[in-house]
Amino acid sequence: MSGAYTGFILAAYGFSALAIGGLGLWTYLDARAQRRALADLDARGIRRRSDGSARSDTQKGAASR
Amino acid sequence: MSNIATGRPGRFAILANPTRFLELSGKVQPWVYGAAIAFVLAGLGLGFLAPEDYQQGATVRIMFIHVPFAWLCMMIWTVMAVSALGTLVWRHPLADVSIKAAAPIGAVFTVLALLTGSIWGRPMWGTWWVWDARLTSVFVLFIMYLGLIALTRALDEPGKAARPAAILVLVGWVNIPIIKFSVDWWNTLHQPASVIRADGPSMPPEFLTPLLLSAAGFTLLFFALHLTAIRTEILRRRVEALSKLAARKAERSDAGVAS
Repeated sequence: MSGAYTGFILAAYGFSALAIGGLGLWTYLDARAQRRALADLDARGIRRRSDGSARSDTQKGAASR
Repeated sequence: MSNIATGRPGRFAILANPTRFLELSGKVQPWVYGAAIAFVLAGLGLGFLAPEDYQQGATVRIMFIHVPFAWLCMMIWTVMAVSALGTLVWRHPLADVSIKAAAPIGAVFTVLALLTGSIWGRPMWGTWWVWDARLTSVFVLFIMYLGLIALTRALDEPGKAARPAAILVLVGWVNIPIIKFSVDWWNTLHQPASVIRADGPSMPPEFLTPLLLSAAGFTLLFFALHLTAIRTEILRRRVEALSKLAARKAERSDAGVAS
């Protein structure tokens, strides 16, 4: 691939790869941070009453609030 | 609204249980990412093997990313509009999570549609930017994405932002047909539709096949990222709820010690 337009094509693909790569990285890091925070709480003995046993009414929908 | 359980829960009702959703989506997720990468690589690979356009030369390769990004920025807002109905009409507990998770992804694809279009416009039109109907309406969509991101993250209690965000998404959806038909309704520098038109695509298969593969791939990529972001948001809300619970417990035990 060579020609007068190579720079434009590379710029378009380059910016796109950078932006989507950044989006993917941010999504991954955010997911990891929340998983760790939950594991940390769990290690301190703080967990949802519904985990393991039957769900209680007060905990219902806690995740959506 | 009565909440009497009926015989068999529907598909959406099953997904309304966040724990069940986490289980199912965790299994589906890697396959969606895999399929997305396969389709994108196939589409862009074929795109680079395609011959150059007789008018646009090699810049036609920008089409294989620009058009999918432009399609996505409209589709993502439409996905959010369906989710907004989920919040306002069906009270689906994951509907506002879906909107909050989709907004940043939509904003990134809108920026990329504008940016790749601008980079394509410079050699073909002789200008980076014009305030014509198509470009302006997509720019307005970008601003609306930013507004929505701010709104969904402005309040500490995420449930409080759900209704205003849903209303903003539904009202903002009027912009989608305006974007789509702007090239027909007004005189613009942007070319008219060449894929989704009443008399079928007006593009040779050498260009159409890679374009459709790439569009399918980026669409799958959006759904994969959206799924991950929804899962993360569910976990975030659990972390917040549990932290509050822990703080209350600590307060109570402190009070117990003091008295």
